[in-house]
Amino acid sequence: MSPSLLTLSEVSAVFCLLLILLVPFASVGLALINSGLGRARSAAHAMLAALCVTAVAALVYVIVGFAWQGAAGRPEHVLVVAGKAWGWVAAERFFLRGLRLDLSPAALVVLLQMFSVGLSALIPLSSGADRWRLGAICASTALLAGCTYPLFANWVWGGGWLAQLGANCGLGRGFVDGGGSSTIQVVGGVTALSITWILGPRRGKFTAEGMPAALPGHNVVLVLLGCMFAWIGWMALNSAGAMLFLGVEPGRVVLVAVNTTLCAAASGLTAAVVTRVRSGRPDASLSANGWIAGLVASSAAAAFFKPAAAMIVGGVAGILVVSVADFLEFRLAVDDAGGAVSVHAVGGLWGVLAVALLADAGPAGQWLAQLTGIATLLGFLLPLTYGLNWLLDRVYRQRVERGGELQGMDLFELGAGAYPEFDVHGDEFLQR
Amino acid sequence: MKIAGLLLLVSGWAIVVAAVALLPSAGARVGFVLAGMAVELFGLALAVRAHLVLSAEGE
Repeated sequence: MSPSLLTLSEVSAVFCLLLILLVPFASVGLALINSGLGRARSAAHAMLAALCVTAVAALVYVIVGFAWQGAAGRPEHVLVVAGKAWGWVAAERFFLRGLRLDLSPAALVVLLQMFSVGLSALIPLSSGADRWRLGAICASTALLAGCTYPLFANWVWGGGWLAQLGANCGLGRGFVDGGGSSTIQVVGGVTALSITWILGPRRGKFTAEGMPAALPGHNVVLVLLGCMFAWIGWMALNSAGAMLFLGVEPGRVVLVAVNTTLCAAASGLTAAVVTRVRSGRPDASLSANGWIAGLVASSAAAAFFKPAAAMIVGGVAGILVVSVADFLEFRLAVDDAGGAVSVHAVGGLWGVLAVALLADAGPAGQWLAQLTGIATLLGFLLPLTYGLNWLLDRVYRQRVERGGELQGMDLFELGAGAYPEFDVHGDEFLQR
Repeated sequence: MKIAGLLLLVSGWAIVVAAVALLPSAGARVGFVLAGMAVELFGLALAVRAHLVLSAEGE
């Protein structure tokens, strides 16, 4: 049994379309953040990579992605287990054939997903900063947009088995994630973790004793400007997602926008306070990461939180992002330049869990549905993503040659730097 | 060691999915879901540990 397709009045559909058209601001925000947190000598490469990722993601998603993902109430392959039908992959046609691109909910889902899959694919860029080849970035994006993202999105948004947990097993409303804390953010976050494992740390990041060196981002103004753009995009993303995937009426979009803002505000301020207490001054980069982590955590259930609960969700996200970023760098030797794992993977998992803990009480068993979703992300998505990227690395090496890291990705891969009239620092400040 | 960790992750997920789909009683379902997640956490720890060992060897 597949959940039935949503129906929208024409006014609601136009309103939803306008919201969806604002979603690319989230991608603009992440692209600016990724570029700002990287080195000056790789800044143009980071922005071009963001553009290529967005392009590859949109093309691959339209060619094959939607065929696997589908939308609730549309054709689905099912497995019958213990007398119950479970959807596991959509049965749509490639190149969107058989789908009318008008104001129907399925067409709006396609448009939103074209932007969302690009947003998800932008996340690993920051973890592979300054050492990930452009060709490998595009190939890895194709794997995400054509395989991992649509598969998991089908299970959550396309009427697949996670969405059916409520109807088939009595577990609350089934797995709930309106704005993509799991489908967009954690999928991007576990890809980022896989990429850091496969690429290894940047040259000079860790000393022989294993101590991490600080490699500060080259332009924190870009990072903070990116936060502002991301805020606009995220309010639209959470609102459109709530309308299309949770069936929320347009009037509730006000609550979604309020909760999204409160969550980001609480998270950004908490991160600033934590870094201020820890080191005497607020850290701009980590505060920005806190802001984004709040947006990420808000996505799952911004339509169901009370405003006070949204502040709690944001506050916890702010503490988590600072603690986990330190833990990953100092204890686990993970060189995640932009904090993609702590912001998107951990923030997203917290957002999914917060649905069960803090959202307005729904039917019993919701927490078990959320735990099943988290188990799927860690137990299925992470090994699948790592395996696919490991295989890609075997046939097409993902890390740039040593010369590329020394010279900078701009000159090595693009032949020109982002700031030709300025001195670009080498590695002279690194510990030897 | 990393492959063992990843296999444990998948095994834990299989336990969770089987428990949710096949077990009728709520108590048993909760128990097996938590057990499956514990197996996943063990697998994740193993994969992380493998990464640490590989990093140290690289240096």
